[in-house]
Amino acid sequence: MSGLEQMYQQVIIDHARERHGHGLADSPGRMGESFQVNPVCGDEVRLRVAVEGDRIASVTWEGHGCSISQASVSVLHDLIEGRTLHDASEVAAAFRALMDARGEPPDSTTENLLGDGAAFAGVGRYPARIKCALLGWMALKDALIQVEKEKT
Amino acid sequence: MTLPDVRGDFPILTRQARGGRRLNYLDSAATSHQPEQVLEAQDEFIREHYGAVGRGAHLLAEEATEAVDSARRDIARFVGADAGEIVWAANATSAINLVAAGIGAASQGIGGVEAGRFALAEGDEIVVTQTEHHANLIPWQILARRAGAALRWIPLDNDGRLGLDDLAGIVGERTKVVAFQHASNVTGVIHPVSTIVERAHAVGALTVLDACQSVPHLPIDFPALGVDFAAFSAHKMLGPTGIGALYGRRELLDTLPPAVYGGSTVKTVTMTETTWLDAPAKFEAGSQPVVQAVGFGAAVRYLSDLGREDTETRDRDLAERLRRGVSSIEGVRLLGPIGGADEPVIGLAAVHVEGVHPHDVGQVLDDAGIAVRVGHHCAQPLHVRLGVPSSTRASTQVYTTDDDIDEFLEALDGVRGFFKAGGSS
Repeated sequence: MSGLEQMYQQVIIDHARERHGHGLADSPGRMGESFQVNPVCGDEVRLRVAVEGDRIASVTWEGHGCSISQASVSVLHDLIEGRTLHDASEVAAAFRALMDARGEPPDSTTENLLGDGAAFAGVGRYPARIKCALLGWMALKDALIQVEKEKT
Repeated sequence: MTLPDVRGDFPILTRQARGGRRLNYLDSAATSHQPEQVLEAQDEFIREHYGAVGRGAHLLAEEATEAVDSARRDIARFVGADAGEIVWAANATSAINLVAAGIGAASQGIGGVEAGRFALAEGDEIVVTQTEHHANLIPWQILARRAGAALRWIPLDNDGRLGLDDLAGIVGERTKVVAFQHASNVTGVIHPVSTIVERAHAVGALTVLDACQSVPHLPIDFPALGVDFAAFSAHKMLGPTGIGALYGRRELLDTLPPAVYGGSTVKTVTMTETTWLDAPAKFEAGSQPVVQAVGFGAAVRYLSDLGREDTETRDRDLAERLRRGVSSIEGVRLLGPIGGADEPVIGLAAVHVEGVHPHDVGQVLDDAGIAVRVGHHCAQPLHVRLGVPSSTRASTQVYTTDDDIDEFLEALDGVRGFFKAGGSS
């Protein structure tokens, strides 16, 4: 597979098309929201989380951007919704580490943890595109901080 | 006359692109490459003549000063100006900011009575256009806010042409500054400078031209265009980064107050007062990028030697090939008019590819060794007006060939298929 084919795996193309969790929803629980922009291209994502107890009950979003950024938020929705805050931060850290791995394939533990997210390994080879893949994850991190602020 | 094949002058064009492919560089509107002649001029200057410019009584200081002065003269001649009308700036952005900040200073009473002609007051108006690069928009937004002036703009039509039907309504008695772009970095449109200048001067407004994209492509004579100020940048015209120039009509540079302060700009300094040197020195505070200035001079000599008419003709041919080509690809929309003999445009084409984000377009092209620009090209209001968030842009320079264009068109034609087929499986 060429670098290009490694980046645009079928699973990424599918997520970019299907956009799981697209459309902001109101949910019970403590809400947090974040709006992030990629200044290079103007891509935007607004991501909303609802936390009940220590569980992230809902992750929804809207925005526009390249297939990498859209697919990444879609995968984020699948991976994060329903997880505990602790598990979610573990997944987010694993995704970030995958981006820093410069295209190295993930080990089996990471692969299991990230599921469809493991398909983004190829993006790590293109520094300019890492920001695209991380846009939604930045929004998640910030939205969870907003939830914490709400609590205090 | 036709332009000779100059690719051999540009060492970087022989390197390989991703995957060992031939490099097809179509991003010259973002930044252009430097020929051997420009690289050598800088190298020789550093190795043999480098010293403090404009100060010092030794041989190197003298030679370095002469090299930089001679670069200024060559650049001035290149745009039809006198050497005293060319001010060094870090880039075109900084040149525009220099004018805006000078007007801001004058509005606060700095520069004495003679700077009063620049002063803005509450209720005055600054006019820009909807097609501006952010560099020729934000400084005026901020100046308007600082001075209590209103910001107005000339609208764009669906093809990226300026809507001048109501020019007299927009540029009126309260207008003090009209800042506008010569050629668009997105649509390629060359705007009718004389129409706007005529109206601006009829109401006594100053004109500031962003010539960043026009000087690299067209023969330019600023005094003939009639503009008061103009900004351009070396790195878009085969020169190095870190240097650009502000052109200003002599009498205006003489009275516009400086807005960046420091050494080499003063006649006398006491603990409380300063008097300025004449322009351009009063605007050039601190050590200047002199190596880059020498490179800039070499770049305009290189372009002059090629012949401005010949480079312009070549540029038009490339633009036509490029724009006709993209327009004939299904699912690809050219931003701006097609151009042609009746409506020449500069050598670039920004496109929207239906259903595929520019970042993804750029990535597929990069895989084929083709370097283009993706994003909003620092022109967000323009993209909003044309109804797309961002675009993919291919742009040309003297080293661009027909083959480069054809290869780009073929690759662009394959982009939608790549994503429709679902990338790899």
